[in-house]
Amino acid sequence: MLSPADPHLTTRPPTSAQGAGRSPVCHAAGLTLAAIARVLSGASVRWISSQPDTCQRVYFSNHTSHLDALLIWSSLPRSVRERTRPVAAKDYWSRGAVRRWLAEKVFDALLIDRTDIKVHQSPVDLMLREIGDTKSLIVFPEGSRSATGEIGEFKSGLYYLSKKRPELELVPVHVDNLNRVLPRGEFLPVPMLSCITFGPPLWLEQGEPKLDFLARARRAVMALKES
Amino acid sequence: MNDPRTLALIVGVLALLAIVTAVGQFLRRHPDRGLDPAAIRSFNSRIRGWWIMCTVLAAAFWLGTTATVVLFGLVSFWALREFITLTPTRLGDHRALFWVFFAFTPAHYVLVGYDRYDVFSVFLPLYGTLFVLARVAIAGDSKRFLERTAKIQAGLMVCVYCLSFAAALLQLPVPTAAATEAAAAAAEPVTSATTPANFRLLFFLILLVQFADCMQYVWSRMIGRRLVAASVSSNRTWEGLLGSAVSTSLLASALWWAAPPYQPWQAALAGFVISLMGFAGGMTMSAIKRDRGVTDYGTLVTGHGGVLDRIDSTCFAAPVFYHITLLVADVAVR
Repeated sequence: MLSPADPHLTTRPPTSAQGAGRSPVCHAAGLTLAAIARVLSGASVRWISSQPDTCQRVYFSNHTSHLDALLIWSSLPRSVRERTRPVAAKDYWSRGAVRRWLAEKVFDALLIDRTDIKVHQSPVDLMLREIGDTKSLIVFPEGSRSATGEIGEFKSGLYYLSKKRPELELVPVHVDNLNRVLPRGEFLPVPMLSCITFGPPLWLEQGEPKLDFLARARRAVMALKES
Repeated sequence: MNDPRTLALIVGVLALLAIVTAVGQFLRRHPDRGLDPAAIRSFNSRIRGWWIMCTVLAAAFWLGTTATVVLFGLVSFWALREFITLTPTRLGDHRALFWVFFAFTPAHYVLVGYDRYDVFSVFLPLYGTLFVLARVAIAGDSKRFLERTAKIQAGLMVCVYCLSFAAALLQLPVPTAAATEAAAAAAEPVTSATTPANFRLLFFLILLVQFADCMQYVWSRMIGRRLVAASVSSNRTWEGLLGSAVSTSLLASALWWAAPPYQPWQAALAGFVISLMGFAGGMTMSAIKRDRGVTDYGTLVTGHGGVLDRIDSTCFAAPVFYHITLLVADVAVR
């Protein structure tokens, strides 16, 4: 499979916080699953006006399939992947021992409770607390998988995330064709070719209204589809 | 691999490849000859494709029949992947596609590997078709039903069924002189074990297909005036088709010694037909690509090689060459 072999990649020594936290079994399981997903989805990875980097980032992507987070995670270079955590829905990923093990131990996912959002314990605060000042996140601002393949309106989490930590790089990601590999409601994948595109980072402008910012972020993802 | 004819064929092909590579590199370094740089680039990328093709084939030959059948199976799988990715499908096709990819394609190649011509020759056209029709119907989405099932069938037919005949050449019972004598002595029918002659047949087919492709381009460039179908392909002309058919016949008759059962005139006929079928394959794939608004399967998903672009002519030529060889050798399979 194609790997984003990038000579300009800044390789900083990984902080051992996570590497030590995961057992070798979980680590191997992660690598294996990532490899299987890459082969099945024939994913090619493109970086457009953008470079892989280990700096703190929030990758935000359209959401079409359960494989999205796994594919994005596995298409990052290893040094970046080590410090990137997907954000996933607790109601789905904590059901059953296998899913919970995958989410918590293998992908080190950050599980968010979609059904029970409290004011004092908002998902954004939780995310910011969990990533500290080293980790990056993969988020799906549409909130849930789109059934049609169209990109839905973005939820406001991305805005609040950026408002509280304006220095975080927001990297748009477009996942193409993965909804045909594993559509909503199916569990057997069809090995079609898919493509993951990373775009140039963007930031929240000073005083930019919430709706404008969310629309701009959504356009950034859509623009990658055309390119 | 150590019989003189195989060696001669391989050395000849390598020498030819070395020469065209040198020419391609020379043209690339001297862009001031008034030649279209895009044409030189595509020429060089084609040469690169040939080297890859040659290396992979040589490796498979060296590893044996099973490895070669597996290799062709993988190429089919990848080509079908490109074909289906390009084809618009609906959610109702998903389950049918899963079985097409993971059950029908492998099963077909297993039958080819076990040399069950009697079964594999009908397996996909008959059971594959019935399965796709029924499975899509059961999925409960009747919108444009015939159109959708036809697309899946077309993909299976071209990418899997047709291409597998190239691999099946390896188990064709070719009556070489020695084998016939031995069989006559033992009073047994000719066995279908793979001989170097079988590998030469496969090599002969691929070489002629590639040559025909090239000649079509060259003749079209030199004297091409009348386009066959302007809305399908902007560089395939009647002159190119004719020129390629004649030149391929000539090369085939010159190489008749490499393909065991053939006499020179029969080889010329085979070359002629291969050239026509390669043309048909190229036109068919062009039509599909034009309809989907892409120039080649490789650009469909950036970063992929476009396997289907390289094998479209081979897919169409392989079954015809297989059957012509059967007739020429005057043998019955099973």
